[in-house]
Amino acid sequence: MTSKEKAWTWKEIPVGAVAEDPGSSSQYLTGGWRSQRPVFTPDNCVQCGVCYIYCPDASIVMTPEGYPDILLDYCKGCGICARECYMATFGLSCFEMVDEEEFR
Amino acid sequence: MSKRVGMEVSIAVAEAVKLANADVIAAYPITPQTHIVEHLSELVADGDLDAEYVCVESEHSAMSAVVGSSAAGARSFTATASQGLALMHEILFIASSMRLPIVMTVANRALSGPLSIWNDHSDIMASRDCGWIQYFVENGQEAFDHVLIAFRVAEDPEVSLPAIVNLDGFILSHMIEPHILLDDEEAARYIPPFRPINRLDPDNPVTMGDFATPDFYTEVKKGQEEALRDSRTTIDKGWQEFAELTGRKYQAVETYKTEGADILMLSMGALGETASVAVDRMRDKGLPVGLVKLRLWRPFPSDDLLKALGGAKKIVVMDRAISFGAATNPVAAEVASLLYDTEPRPCIFNSVIGLGGRDVRVEDFEAIVKKAMQGHTYPGPVGDYDLIGVRE
Amino acid sequence: MENLNIFVPRLLDSREYFTPGQRACQGCGETVALRQIMKSVGRNVILANATGCSEIISSPFPQTAWRVPWIHVAFENAAAVASGVEAGIKALERKGALPKRNIKVMAIAGDGATADIGFQALSGAVERGHNFVYVCLDNEAYMNTGIQRSSSTPFGAMTTTSPPGRMSKGQKTWKKNLPEILAAHEIPYVATASPSYPFDLIRKVKRAVEVDGPAYLHVLAVCPTGWRSAGEETIRLGRLAVETGVFPLYEVDQGKYTINLDPGELKPMKEYLGLQGRFRHLKPEDLEYIEDRIHTNFEKLRAKARMTAEDDKASRKASKQKPKKGKTAARSKK
Repeated sequence: MTSKEKAWTWKEIPVGAVAEDPGSSSQYLTGGWRSQRPVFTPDNCVQCGVCYIYCPDASIVMTPEGYPDILLDYCKGCGICARECYMATFGLSCFEMVDEEEFR
Repeated sequence: MSKRVGMEVSIAVAEAVKLANADVIAAYPITPQTHIVEHLSELVADGDLDAEYVCVESEHSAMSAVVGSSAAGARSFTATASQGLALMHEILFIASSMRLPIVMTVANRALSGPLSIWNDHSDIMASRDCGWIQYFVENGQEAFDHVLIAFRVAEDPEVSLPAIVNLDGFILSHMIEPHILLDDEEAARYIPPFRPINRLDPDNPVTMGDFATPDFYTEVKKGQEEALRDSRTTIDKGWQEFAELTGRKYQAVETYKTEGADILMLSMGALGETASVAVDRMRDKGLPVGLVKLRLWRPFPSDDLLKALGGAKKIVVMDRAISFGAATNPVAAEVASLLYDTEPRPCIFNSVIGLGGRDVRVEDFEAIVKKAMQGHTYPGPVGDYDLIGVRE
Repeated sequence: MENLNIFVPRLLDSREYFTPGQRACQGCGETVALRQIMKSVGRNVILANATGCSEIISSPFPQTAWRVPWIHVAFENAAAVASGVEAGIKALERKGALPKRNIKVMAIAGDGATADIGFQALSGAVERGHNFVYVCLDNEAYMNTGIQRSSSTPFGAMTTTSPPGRMSKGQKTWKKNLPEILAAHEIPYVATASPSYPFDLIRKVKRAVEVDGPAYLHVLAVCPTGWRSAGEETIRLGRLAVETGVFPLYEVDQGKYTINLDPGELKPMKEYLGLQGRFRHLKPEDLEYIEDRIHTNFEKLRAKARMTAEDDKASRKASKQKPKKGKTAARSKK
């Protein structure tokens, strides 16, 4: 949450403690949880969208051309995209899961 | 318009819900509330009340369903008693923290065990901390009126809290009494349309029922507490508007022949009428006795009660439930706390009466007062309460 | 992955009504399911969510991962709350207080909230015939409180309250068959789904939502944390569950059973159980027992599908009606 919200007095809390900002969980960047990240190479990509539909965290968006774009802010590094990449069936996965350490 | 109609109080309560134009009724039958929900079913079945009647499969689901319907913006009503109230207990707290203006009538009945279908206040006393506005009514007219008042106040955007109207099971709910009903136009004038503060609406999506970490829980509770205390202003307003509409003026605390009374009885609910008769008899004998009747239980009307009890040397607080193992019983506990700083502190006697529907007669009140008159002057050990009528 | 030649993910609504930033574990199957469900149902929905993983990870005050109206009340009452929401909307629309907008009402609850503590509320809600969809996200234990068993935990599985030991083989009882229990309520639509088959799931959500009356969707939610499986295997496990017959993909539409994916010869149980640490302690005889029972159950399901197909054929013949259009599911290849 924002630092402002954390300091809310009791009067500032919305009535009934409702969360009024839909989708505000996106302020929390789950990307910090990762210990590995998917690295994408487009060469073999057939723009099937399988990685997009299987990502638990909606961290893969599809470009207008149909290629995956990883949202590193949120990607938790689960590896489903690399595992389920359709091209992996042929040993040509478009993703490689690389240790997060490599990117520090 | 002001014709008096004789009907069973439960029926009158149902008629009030109809006049309030409730949108959703979700209830589970339990003695002695059944006549309320049965009559409501009839009204819906005949098209006299346009509402969704949800025959839920338990009281827990009844309260859950009205939480859902109230959150969706519908005027919601339920009724229960005893075990039903106990079963929906966890949801009561959620309803008030979510600030949903549900109205519920509780036909007060003893809690099991042993199973008892008869009247006392143990059901509501076990839920007194639930954060709802709580009224106690004494007769049919009050019961009818307070369903309307409860909606008016609960739904007011200054309040937005759920409310319980307590009516004693059988000894009030099943009595045939004269009622002056309102007509649809008067009711519609008194209760404006429900405009919720928060509503489940795809065009304006909000999330209700987030979990709160220690960082926030305290502030949410404070907000709830302040809202309940502040609701008093709107409750008074609701009573005032009702008086202007019908001529019947209600107050948080009512006094009966308290002028110059050295000894006061304090009661809540239908037994107040019996107690009044006892006061009359004792006054006729020249005893300086009076009666204070508490109509508003939550938010507790401290100032009004202090004023009403002022000057009395002895106060006999009637409780209709035992708070097992406690220093004293529920109502007496509140009164004792209230009077702690009073100088000189009056003597408080606590009598527990009418548990599990045991009859309380005029003579019983007279005996209670007589005993109090003979009891210590100051300080009285509040903890030693009298369980009236127990065979020992 | 056979269904991907009919639909492509690009055709789906790209908006996320269940946003990232939710606190689920890496590789959480429930969140894959929720994303897909939301893509199917869209924004015109009110969700009543029970306490559990799906609720906790998405609603830490003051944040929310939900871009649709959403209410959480307690653990056992998602169906009752949804009943109330449905009744409220219905009343308000009928009385002219709200414009008619065909708002869908959907309850979301875990297996614990559905099979155990919320069983009564679910049965009551569907019996009353409310127009809503109940989605059970089944990760086969009370995962959110730390992997304790539910009546939906499969036989032999390790959970913290059914741990294997000298005196115990893990979960002692067979998984409660919720879809069949709901089918026995004779509601218009019951279906099982797995997010490993996204378009099947999406179609079933659409069907559930369009049907008038209660619909029940039982969704397998692979839980790497509780099942002790690798996060990246979540989708594969959801597929293996179907291919081994452990989690048959089927629907009961107006009483007619259709198996959406009949693998023909069911894959060996070892392939599925072997990827999960929670079955690690099982002996070959246990695996045999499980496999036998799964196969028997699958045969029973096939029999039901045949029987209700014949019923359907017979009743159509009797009334000389044209068959209904819109068969999208793969039929049993035998």
